[in-house]
Amino acid sequence: MVAARETVERIARTGVDQYRYGFETLIESDKAPKGLSEDTVRFISAKKSEPGWLLEWRLQAYRCWLTMTEPTWARVHYPNIDYQDIYYYAAPKPKKPLSSIDEIDPEILKTYEKLGIPLREVAILEGVEPAPGGEPSANRKIAIDAVFDSVSVATTFKAELKKAGVIFMPISEAIREYPDLVQKYLGTVVPVSDNFFARLNSAVFSDGSFVYVPPGVRCPMELSTYFRINERNTGQFERTLIIADKGSHVSYLEGCTAPQRDENQLHAAVVELVALDDAEIKYSTVQNWYPGNSEGKGGIYNFVTKRGDCRGKHSKISWTQVETGSAITWKYPSCILRGDNSRGEFYSIAISNGFQQVDSGTKMFHLGKNTSSRVISKGIAAGKSRNTYRGLVSANRNAVGARNHTVCDSLLIGDKCGAHTVPYVEAKNSSATFEHEATTSKISEDVLFYCIQRGMSQEEAVSLVVNGFIKEVLQKLPMEFAVEAQKLISISLEGSVG
Amino acid sequence: MDLVLAKAMPEDKANAERAASNVFAAAQGRLPGAGRIADIRARAFEAYERVGLPHRRVEEWKYTDLRVLMRDVLRLAEPPDASALRRAQAAVEQAAFEGAIKLVLVDGMFAPNLSDVAKLGKGVDVQTLREVLESSASDAMAGLVLSTTTDAMISLNTAMATDGVVVTIAEGKALRRPLHVIHVSTTSSASHFTRSYLHLGDGAHGTVVESFVSAESACGYQANNVMIVLVGNQAGLSHLRVKADAADAVNISSEIIAVGSRAKLNLFDMIRGGAVSRYQDFITLAGEGAELCVNGVNLLMEKQHADTTLVVDHAAPHCVSRQNFRAVVDGAGRSVFQGRIIARPDAQKSDAKLTMRALLLSDQAEADNKPELEIFADDVKCGHGATSGGLDESLLFYLGARGLSENDAQALLIRAFLGEAIEGIANANLRDFATSQTERWFKARR
Repeated sequence: MVAARETVERIARTGVDQYRYGFETLIESDKAPKGLSEDTVRFISAKKSEPGWLLEWRLQAYRCWLTMTEPTWARVHYPNIDYQDIYYYAAPKPKKPLSSIDEIDPEILKTYEKLGIPLREVAILEGVEPAPGGEPSANRKIAIDAVFDSVSVATTFKAELKKAGVIFMPISEAIREYPDLVQKYLGTVVPVSDNFFARLNSAVFSDGSFVYVPPGVRCPMELSTYFRINERNTGQFERTLIIADKGSHVSYLEGCTAPQRDENQLHAAVVELVALDDAEIKYSTVQNWYPGNSEGKGGIYNFVTKRGDCRGKHSKISWTQVETGSAITWKYPSCILRGDNSRGEFYSIAISNGFQQVDSGTKMFHLGKNTSSRVISKGIAAGKSRNTYRGLVSANRNAVGARNHTVCDSLLIGDKCGAHTVPYVEAKNSSATFEHEATTSKISEDVLFYCIQRGMSQEEAVSLVVNGFIKEVLQKLPMEFAVEAQKLISISLEGSVG
Repeated sequence: MDLVLAKAMPEDKANAERAASNVFAAAQGRLPGAGRIADIRARAFEAYERVGLPHRRVEEWKYTDLRVLMRDVLRLAEPPDASALRRAQAAVEQAAFEGAIKLVLVDGMFAPNLSDVAKLGKGVDVQTLREVLESSASDAMAGLVLSTTTDAMISLNTAMATDGVVVTIAEGKALRRPLHVIHVSTTSSASHFTRSYLHLGDGAHGTVVESFVSAESACGYQANNVMIVLVGNQAGLSHLRVKADAADAVNISSEIIAVGSRAKLNLFDMIRGGAVSRYQDFITLAGEGAELCVNGVNLLMEKQHADTTLVVDHAAPHCVSRQNFRAVVDGAGRSVFQGRIIARPDAQKSDAKLTMRALLLSDQAEADNKPELEIFADDVKCGHGATSGGLDESLLFYLGARGLSENDAQALLIRAFLGEAIEGIANANLRDFATSQTERWFKARR
């Protein structure tokens, strides 16, 4: 009830068309010439002073990209993207070399403060107060890597992480400091010859996060990256690579926002996860790119390839996502369950309102013996939006004893929206047990009537039902994110009730 | 891999198209209908040629790649001669459904001597497609019968259909005896195409069984059948189809169905034969309050490939649809189920449910399930479920401990599994018929 009331208050504070993070930061930035060519790829590589092998790798990806056309199978419609009309690299102009956080451009610091992202090493995020007698706040530290347009501007808690042996730094830095590690794993989950947008990313990616957790280490704090698109006409192409070595554990959070603009901006990220024997990676995303205004103008095109490879025995990868932003979302975080007894999980809340189009889901490839996976997807469509779940579960001949359970439910709010479910279930093995169920419905009139009759307003009642609908997934988020995500959801659905 | 395919495909496609063009050109003299009908055929063939045989890059045919499974379209089968008809008669007797009025199509041609047209009562009119297409009086009818969709195999059928039955049941008429449409193939290495039409007037009721069988020594044929079904307002149709083709045959059957307001359609699709079989049903619930129940079973062994693809379109409010499918796959068989439920923007209060379950009996068996929901109305209740797995070891053990042989225990569990779908057949005689057909599969498996 408290949550419901807070939700309603929050909605009341924000009028229609209120995207909280829609401001722009005015800073000078350093851009690559507009358009895409081998020269652009070389320019980016040179800017980052990258080794030769990486430039070769990028060029190979670029040449692969040229041979492909944009995929059209997803249930999303948008005008053609002119790939020559985008800046592929934009970085805030550094005033002088930085040695500490205090030297970061104060404008950027202010931006992150406005976004509620602490770049100074503070322990608590908005909305979370330490419970009396609960765990001391020191345990809730979150290390943050802040990515502003194409570059990482700050990474916090580096020293403390280093003590534990965890490497957490911008990938451009990792390429310089740990070239062997990067070379060993980069592109092994999402190769240069992958899909159209992944190829594009491999060619022009500018920054992103790199995480390596050594054998047997449990990462002492949550790791987080915050992505911010600021510059006009730019695309953001970040690349994240997370490696959990044998017996290690890491939890990683990702958040994103962008200014409010009439143009559409492209975001094509690639995330690669590698879990070796007995390792566990938990990857959580709260995606809140600018979704466009109430007429469907502007917004981010979000074409993302996320894939985890459970390479070792007994390894586990878990994806949790809250998708509320972007004009278009095209995203299928997947798990390759290669190691015997490995496990993949996918928990998703996808909310679309206004003219948003979401085509998202997961893929679970069962290759090893006794692999298991679980998929829970909750889609909420409101306004004139389109919300599609698209998923694949497959077991090959050797995946003896594979198990999958999938639940995907959709909730429709209003009669102008659409909710679709397109699962593919492919079993090539008699010992594989797959279960899939899906439902689509609207909020029951009876339930609303019941709540209203007991003194709740229409908004409170809807918010209560929605919160119940998505609770299963929200519970999977780290607590700091769960609170933020819940607020985000209420704002996303604002204006769709009644 | 992709590169290899990309290189191989244009050539394959070219070969297949050349073969198809030749087939169409060679068949010209034998295709009934001139003038407007010939135009429709030519246009349909153009539409087919533009895309060619469906392959795995065509979403609806993702799991049934005809470029691999069929390779090309074979020459049109010759009209059956006396010996073919004799062989067909034996097959018809085997397939017969007791008490039914038989309508027999042999190699794509209507066989009046094997059919019971004389026994048809008042209110039921049966013509052949050939008659309809060749008589100028039924021009409007011809257009209706040849109505088509964007599907390549239906376009091909429109171009090539040689014959079929055109059945009209008058308003308010209740058929006392079921109609049994029997498709017999006697030919080898040839193709045949039929186009049929079934119209139940408002308030009419009837039962229609359709069997696809082969005569002795028929092999390697390709059958392509399309039926257009209109179920009038408040009408009721029980419709059962069984595919029991020769072990190396290809059979693609499509139905385009429209169901009127407060009408009831009870449909059952079974595949228990053939090398490559596919049902594709495009069902539109066009009138308010229509009720649909579609069930089906695929029984496969060896290298059989069976595909049941359904599109159920809730186009009017207050419609109910229930779909329940079972597949039992032995050997290196492959079963495909694709079921799409659409609820249009004004189809409020739609209530749709779909369940597909596959039972894999061997390690080479494969089941691909693709249930889809496409919902544009908010006040609906739609859901689907899909499962696949093997037989439960603990149940087998339980039955074994009670003295059943492994074979009997398996059979018992499989019968129970299939029962859930067969129970959905409303008509008791049809239910028995379906059960007897599954028994033939058990016998063949042993």
